[in-house]
Amino acid sequence: MLLLIQYTLIFASVLMLVALGGCFSEHSGVINIGLEGIMVMGALGGALMMKFLPAGTSAPVMLLLVVLAAMALGLIYSLLLAVAAVNFKADQTLVGTAMNLLGTAAATVFVKAMNTAENASNVSSTIQYIDAKKAFLVNIGGFEFNWFMVLALAALVLAYVTLYKTRFGLRLCACGEHPQAADSVGINVYKMRYAGVLISGVLGGLGGVVYITAGVSEWKFENGVAGFGFLALAVMIFGQWKPTRIALAALVFGLFRALGNVYTGFDFLKALNLPSGVYNMLPYIISLVILAFTSKKSRAPKAEGVPYDKGQR
Amino acid sequence: MKQDRNAPTLLQRKGVQSLVASLLCIVIGLLIGFVVLLVINPTGAWVGIKTIVENFLYYPSGAARMKYLGSTLVKTAPLLMCSLSILFAYKVGLFNIGAAGQYVIGAGASLYFALGLGMPWYVCLLAAMAAGALLGGISGALKAYCNVNEVISCIMLNWISLYAVNMVLSTVKEVASPYTLTLSSTNPGAILPSLGLGKLFSNNQYVTIAIPLVVVMAILVWVVLEKTKFGYELKATGFNKYAARYCGMKEKRNIILTMVIAGGLAGMGAALFFLTGFEQWQCTQSSVPGMGFNGIAAAFLGGLNPIGAIFSSYFIQHITNGGAYLDKTMYSAQISDLISSLIIYLCGFVLFFKHFMDMRTAKKQERESVAAKAAEAAKAAEEVKTEEVSDDGKGGDQ
Repeated sequence: MLLLIQYTLIFASVLMLVALGGCFSEHSGVINIGLEGIMVMGALGGALMMKFLPAGTSAPVMLLLVVLAAMALGLIYSLLLAVAAVNFKADQTLVGTAMNLLGTAAATVFVKAMNTAENASNVSSTIQYIDAKKAFLVNIGGFEFNWFMVLALAALVLAYVTLYKTRFGLRLCACGEHPQAADSVGINVYKMRYAGVLISGVLGGLGGVVYITAGVSEWKFENGVAGFGFLALAVMIFGQWKPTRIALAALVFGLFRALGNVYTGFDFLKALNLPSGVYNMLPYIISLVILAFTSKKSRAPKAEGVPYDKGQR
Repeated sequence: MKQDRNAPTLLQRKGVQSLVASLLCIVIGLLIGFVVLLVINPTGAWVGIKTIVENFLYYPSGAARMKYLGSTLVKTAPLLMCSLSILFAYKVGLFNIGAAGQYVIGAGASLYFALGLGMPWYVCLLAAMAAGALLGGISGALKAYCNVNEVISCIMLNWISLYAVNMVLSTVKEVASPYTLTLSSTNPGAILPSLGLGKLFSNNQYVTIAIPLVVVMAILVWVVLEKTKFGYELKATGFNKYAARYCGMKEKRNIILTMVIAGGLAGMGAALFFLTGFEQWQCTQSSVPGMGFNGIAAAFLGGLNPIGAIFSSYFIQHITNGGAYLDKTMYSAQISDLISSLIIYLCGFVLFFKHFMDMRTAKKQERESVAAKAAEAAKAAEEVKTEEVSDDGKGGDQ
């Protein structure tokens, strides 16, 4: 049971971080389908930092550097979307899809090249960080507390305050609802959209590194992040683009995802004798069903996905 | 010599623009791929990019080249079907990222009907189409009735179908390996007929009627979209579903039907590949096969035109296959994935490229017309001057 709570919380943290990222991007008016790719890049940044920091690095330094590396790589990678969507008015869905494919392919190529350079017979795309990972964990009576959970909570509070209580956040939302109106009162829509996308890059990258350290201590980059970025998008939609509701949605989805990891620990679930594939499918099926019931009264930002053109009326 | 100013110049023709834009995407994509190779290992980079572009030409003998051209074509067939699926939906304003899942479930259905139920190939093919169509139909219905974004529902269905197919096909897999039983040993009747096509490709047994069939399908899709009332209705729905409704079209039915057709196309693609026996399904697969995603690249690279898709699909498959020949001690085969994903990314800029070309020609024309007007004005002024001069009856220094 403790294990279930632990996994639920950590997966919920991942989903919350990434979904909040998506929330910022969409409130500025840019659909970010590329979150999956951004997560992969953030994961890569974090994994590399864990791999190359010397073994004796103290835990807080390690945590800080890993988080910064993941955020930085996510930020840089999200520039691809920002440039294409804001400056070149590209189809955002297409660019996002390309970023997902590119993220996994680039990370795989990079890690494989690095591994073969170290050892010619090693052609895997796996990075190990078994020791480094311990820096994030605090063991409290069998419950593995993870500092990332605190980070996710902080991100939630910060996102709520930023979006609803600051001038920046309100302007950001204006750009996603009616960019022409925002422009007419002197808000630079292009800048705001850049900000939205880049914030989603930072949060997505952070979510990526949290995901690959949740439960495992090595990551095979060929697998990308197994659709978690999309799950986060579903969380965002289910959360109706509102931070507090996103947090609740993330907990629900995290629970179902965690069940796949720990269902063997429950006697009654084990007695059902379902194949593991069923548990793997569960989060996706649940999200589909929930989306079917909640999308009708969708509160999506009105101008999302529409490139802003100054000359257009 | 008067020229009709409204006639489009070469660069203004839509077809030419699409072609130039696509070629630009390819060149930039390959260039970046080359730079990546250079960064990883400078000594082998030129050979590496050459290997990717050459693909089967890597073999010195003509017979081997034909054989591996055949293999590339075998894998092009499903890719073309996926890209047709995507472009068909895109023309109706839907982004069918679910082609990947529809492909997976098509593979599952065709292989289960072949191996588990021992059906002949045409039944398996129909089963795959039906399964893909059903999956597409779910996304379409969710979009039409529940307002669920088709991209999200498709992605969820991609993963659901992957795990479902893994579970179902585990019942017909080899005991010692994670792969499904081979068609040739279990049910040869499920293998697509070759009709002697294999002989053309140095006896490549995997070359079957699938290859001519997909070309026919591409033409069929073009005809439906461009030449029929049904296709026109679908496109009108995609353009503005409210307008379509006011014109008396059933816009919900059209959305669902589009996704059903798109799903059927992708499912059929899977059957046309797996029923050749070229590959077995791996029941432990943990990621959705890239075929459907590469289909997006092919669809956009082909300028969203079914005929263009034939060539772009071949190109994408050509470089993907070429990646397999790379020197593994230096580079990984995923370089090809990297290049094709870069090409998809660049396809996002196609609109900009086209706009740029329009601007260029428009500017050039404006300059020309300004110059022409200036010349005319100068001429007119001169004529006036000469008239004045002749009126005066004095000689001028003309």
